[in-house]
Amino acid sequence: MESIDVLMLCPMISYLEQELDRRFNVLKLWTAPEKSQFIKDHSATIRAIAGDGGHGADAEMIEALPRLEIVSSFSVGVDKIDLEKCREKGIRVTYTPDVLTDEVADLAIGLIMAVLRRLCESDRYVRSGKWKKGDFKLTTKFTGKTVGIIGLGRIGMAIAKRAEAFNCPICYYSRTEKPDTKYKYYPSVLELASNCEILVVACSLTAETRHIVNREVMNALGPKGVLINIGRGPHIDEPELVSALVEGRLGGAGLDVYEHEPEVPEELFGLENVVLLPHVGTATVETRKAMADLVVGNLEAHFSNKPLLTPLV
Amino acid sequence: MATEDNEVEDHRPLVLIHHLPSFKLPLQDRLITHFRLFDSLASPEASSVRALMCVGPTPVTADTLDRLPSLRLVVGSSAGLDHVDLAECHRRGIAVTNSGDAYSENVADYAVALLLDVLRRVSAADRFVRSGLWPQMGEYPLGRKLGGKRIGIVGLGSIGSEVAKRLVAFGCTVAYNSRNKKPSVLYPYYANVHDLAVNSDVLIVCCALTNETYHIINKDVLTALGKEGVIINVGRGALVDEKELVQFLVQGEIVGAGLDVFENEPNIPKELFALDNVVLSPHLAVLTPESFEALNEVIIANLKAFFSNKPLLSPFQQE
Repeated sequence: MESIDVLMLCPMISYLEQELDRRFNVLKLWTAPEKSQFIKDHSATIRAIAGDGGHGADAEMIEALPRLEIVSSFSVGVDKIDLEKCREKGIRVTYTPDVLTDEVADLAIGLIMAVLRRLCESDRYVRSGKWKKGDFKLTTKFTGKTVGIIGLGRIGMAIAKRAEAFNCPICYYSRTEKPDTKYKYYPSVLELASNCEILVVACSLTAETRHIVNREVMNALGPKGVLINIGRGPHIDEPELVSALVEGRLGGAGLDVYEHEPEVPEELFGLENVVLLPHVGTATVETRKAMADLVVGNLEAHFSNKPLLTPLV
Repeated sequence: MATEDNEVEDHRPLVLIHHLPSFKLPLQDRLITHFRLFDSLASPEASSVRALMCVGPTPVTADTLDRLPSLRLVVGSSAGLDHVDLAECHRRGIAVTNSGDAYSENVADYAVALLLDVLRRVSAADRFVRSGLWPQMGEYPLGRKLGGKRIGIVGLGSIGSEVAKRLVAFGCTVAYNSRNKKPSVLYPYYANVHDLAVNSDVLIVCCALTNETYHIINKDVLTALGKEGVIINVGRGALVDEKELVQFLVQGEIVGAGLDVFENEPNIPKELFALDNVVLSPHLAVLTPESFEALNEVIIANLKAFFSNKPLLSPFQQE
């Protein structure tokens, strides 16, 4: 298989790079001085792409690679891959579901708690020496708060299960109501936001879900409401989010993703009711390795004519 | 001219509010409806008062008790009662109550929050983003998975049980150490903290501070916990040998720690300020309005029960 050309779109954990290097001829796109030229130069031989949540194959790239057979993504989010084009051309697409579900759900709860109990702020308080001058303020209890989840897929369900252990009533919005859950369904995000205290974005990013959390939704969530985003930055209208937080129309936010990563609106840096993380939803040693194994495993399976491990297309 | 109001007798029982000058607790308004209050040991009422409400960590010593010859009840407003001379109270036949379950959920929430913060580097990563480093440095160092971790709970009381219930939902397994094995509990029991540490990835300290539990987390336990270990302390600072813990953290001999309490609050070993593998919190696991609401209920219930000769709601029990 060493003769098979795999186009790697961006740097990823070294374990993954090593494992790909051992099996394939890896072409590292980010090292090229001129990317489109690089793709042209290798277009006759590239048979696979390895990308991640932030780097996928759009229509242009797919058209430029006539021998492309498979796109293997180091992510569960595939909004950067033109899935329609792949289907049209019979190109397989694999991703990394399930192995990261728990990790992302854990982080959602971690974000909720950090915002409600002001963990980051109180840690700063201690480190700056302020504790010697006086006690910190009261914060808000998590147990028993109503949690609203946008998107009750694998990750949404895992978040619900954890929140239930804190006696939180759960409600949700999904494209369609799920018949076999006991959680309360709302047919719109606006109604969901009006009826919960903590709103978590856990759906996939599509044309329909872009800016699914807009000004109206944030106003409905309200000055005591907390918004958590572990989905994709574009799920939330970011400029509206900033003004809602600055003006106090929204009580707080825990964000792992942003519209233009790694850029984060600077107005948020001064706010104490916000927790800002650098897209670390899956960022543990254990989970990144499991994801990498799936990327490699899927490519190996494809090129040995075996069934794909985790195909999406 | 006397009115009818002035002729109505005050049947409210008398309660001494025992507090440090600087320490306030938002309870008094509710208590006044049920009880007559005073707050000085020098008052003549000290000789007849039968119940004392202890605000925060105000010490109740043998000397205090000497000045209250009729005292039969000490109502604490915290889960921990290490500031009360329990042996003296027992000797004099004085019952003691604590905050019962009022704080348990909040403290359990907080223990889980600290653990998630340590493993997933939440506070450290937030600092990273706010410093503007993300665009420059790209990735942030990886954290560690919570699911599958073996949680060792030191003290499976009301708080410890709530912690266990929450962490099971994250896919963790739970074992515990307590003074005595609890027959109705299914989690594996270890008779001492060393053995618990050997079989755990995380130790969560939720027990009361007594002579026996002083420095219960010591060098031996930290070594047994191992290099992948995490310590979470929501009990009392003195449950942990702080000097040893600092060494372990500085040398990287354990993965990290989440600490809400310290041996000499509000002073904190300055070596900790430079570390990213520790989350520091100014003793606020209980500080929510909901806690104080629940605390009010417990305090009033205990006092009412006492004055009507009914069983107390939350008599202090060692775990």
